[in-house]
Amino acid sequence: MARFIAWRVAQFPLILAAIYLITFLLAWVAPGSPFDRSERKLPPAVEQSLKRRFHAEHWYGFLAYYPKNVLFNGDFGNSFNYEEFTVNDILRTSLPVSVTLGVCAMVIATFAGVGLGVLAAVRRGGTWDGISLTVALLGVSLPAFVIAAALSAIFCMKLRWLPFGQWGSWRDLLLPSLALSLMPMAYIARLMRVAMMDVLAGDFVRTARAKGLPNRVVIWKHCLRNAFLPVLSYLGPAAAMTLTGSFVVEKVFNIPGLGQHFVNSVLNRDQTLILGTVMVYSVFLLTFNLLVDIGYALIDPRIELGR
Amino acid sequence: MTTMAIDSTLGRSRCRWPARILRNRRLALGGGFAALMLLVCIATLPWTNAPGSTLYYNNQQSAQARQPPRFGDGPGYWFGTDALGRGMLGRCLIGGAISLLIGATAALISLVLGVTVGLVAGYRGGWVDGLLMRMVDILYGLPYILMVILFKIALEPPLRRIMGENAANLVVLFLAIGLVSWLTMARVVRGQVLSLRTQPFVEAARACGIRERRIFIRHLLPNLAGPIIVYATLTIPSAILQESFLSFLGVGIKAPMPTWGSLASDGLMPALNTIQSRWWMLVFPCTLLALTLLSLNFLGDGLRDLLDTRDSKLET
Repeated sequence: MARFIAWRVAQFPLILAAIYLITFLLAWVAPGSPFDRSERKLPPAVEQSLKRRFHAEHWYGFLAYYPKNVLFNGDFGNSFNYEEFTVNDILRTSLPVSVTLGVCAMVIATFAGVGLGVLAAVRRGGTWDGISLTVALLGVSLPAFVIAAALSAIFCMKLRWLPFGQWGSWRDLLLPSLALSLMPMAYIARLMRVAMMDVLAGDFVRTARAKGLPNRVVIWKHCLRNAFLPVLSYLGPAAAMTLTGSFVVEKVFNIPGLGQHFVNSVLNRDQTLILGTVMVYSVFLLTFNLLVDIGYALIDPRIELGR
Repeated sequence: MTTMAIDSTLGRSRCRWPARILRNRRLALGGGFAALMLLVCIATLPWTNAPGSTLYYNNQQSAQARQPPRFGDGPGYWFGTDALGRGMLGRCLIGGAISLLIGATAALISLVLGVTVGLVAGYRGGWVDGLLMRMVDILYGLPYILMVILFKIALEPPLRRIMGENAANLVVLFLAIGLVSWLTMARVVRGQVLSLRTQPFVEAARACGIRERRIFIRHLLPNLAGPIIVYATLTIPSAILQESFLSFLGVGIKAPMPTWGSLASDGLMPALNTIQSRWWMLVFPCTLLALTLLSLNFLGDGLRDLLDTRDSKLET
């Protein structure tokens, strides 16, 4: 186990370097740059000096300057688009916001999703199955911007229970995390239901029931553990995605998170910020995927890691 | 998994009659509605794509375009008109056809690519698994919006020369969304294979000297059918949703052509307008979108229950 973890962690720098290079390549090849926007055409001399200041004249100039700084100082450089901010500043202010929101959303999604999925599997074909599935499926049947806008329109505009478009107290966290959690919740509930139905048909379930164990114990102690594997493999990417912010939810609820920078940096061809956000996301993703693989082995000892 | 083969009869006898009917009804309802929607959207294409027809998706008339969006204008305008005076009905119909096509393409790509990669990686293990899964990790690590924009930029000019502007825009959208949606499938299939691989029946098959491809197809795939079907059906709605997200950003489908997603995102502001809400611009595309995606999800569930016959097959 320890060897497996060490081996995977040792691979991280290589994977991250590959992601950095590929992302840079993609971002560099994409036509357009923050320095030649059509709405304010810069004189060539100004553009040249701007590019020189940002080390963005040639691809080799960029690669000679930025990766070294990232590696040794953890410094992603200045944002091409928001010129007076460094990428590190932007990440430092927006990442905690997104992580707070994302953790809340993932907690809601995991507990509600597992609950709904188990309920649906146990009461297969019954009323509860229908109810839990319909509730969960609404999350994946409407675009996030419609759900978020509808939630804010109902709870902030009509009922005036919650303030709108603010960020600071726990009350501002409720609606965005609910909106953010609906999609993963629906996925988790569905995966849980399918896996649970498979497990419930197993021999050991009958044995456990025959021993006279209460249904509650059979389901939550014996079956949940076995049925959790598919959910676990989804949790890795879902957590990485959710914790690094969502453009739609942040835009609708006016939250200063990282999700907006993900999209805006690409739309602006802000190469340093693209690289910064992608690297943050990649680190999250690699970590969570490693945790998921460890989780596999912890839940099902038959799975041999690293083989 | 083999253990389930033995007591499948037991599992089946537990299912009561009403439950089975409900399950089949769900399948029938879901599949029926999705098929109906697809049929209606495609069958009306001759009108929605014919300039001059009231249903034409880009049916702009200067007299109407100068007026605010209206609702209740009579035949051909049952869903109201949009900001340019075009009938929402025709736009919703052709938008549905495009949205469903996007979903189907994405599901197909993720089925072929994702299952193959997941099976091979999970079964072979070792360096093959490492290589394939790190590749998936790297592709996951790249933001999907960057990939989509780059796909569009890279693929659109050559395709435009071959098939014209609108078709090129569509094909690029199909490819871009399809090529980013197989990754989850690969990971899920691999996870399942990883736990199946150690099961006695796979070892028995291997010990019998059965060739690898046969083990894949006859022994592993039937056991994977549940998760694969669930994920493939989940891919269709999620691809349609991804397109709506792209439309929300303004990098989705090109302007006069609609999809349900682009119609919904265009209708969001007019509908939320507190002074005078143009609700029809949001409600109709959204309802169609939600109902179709809901029924596709129900279809996946029903199919899953229907295909859960592997136990009886093993028994006989």
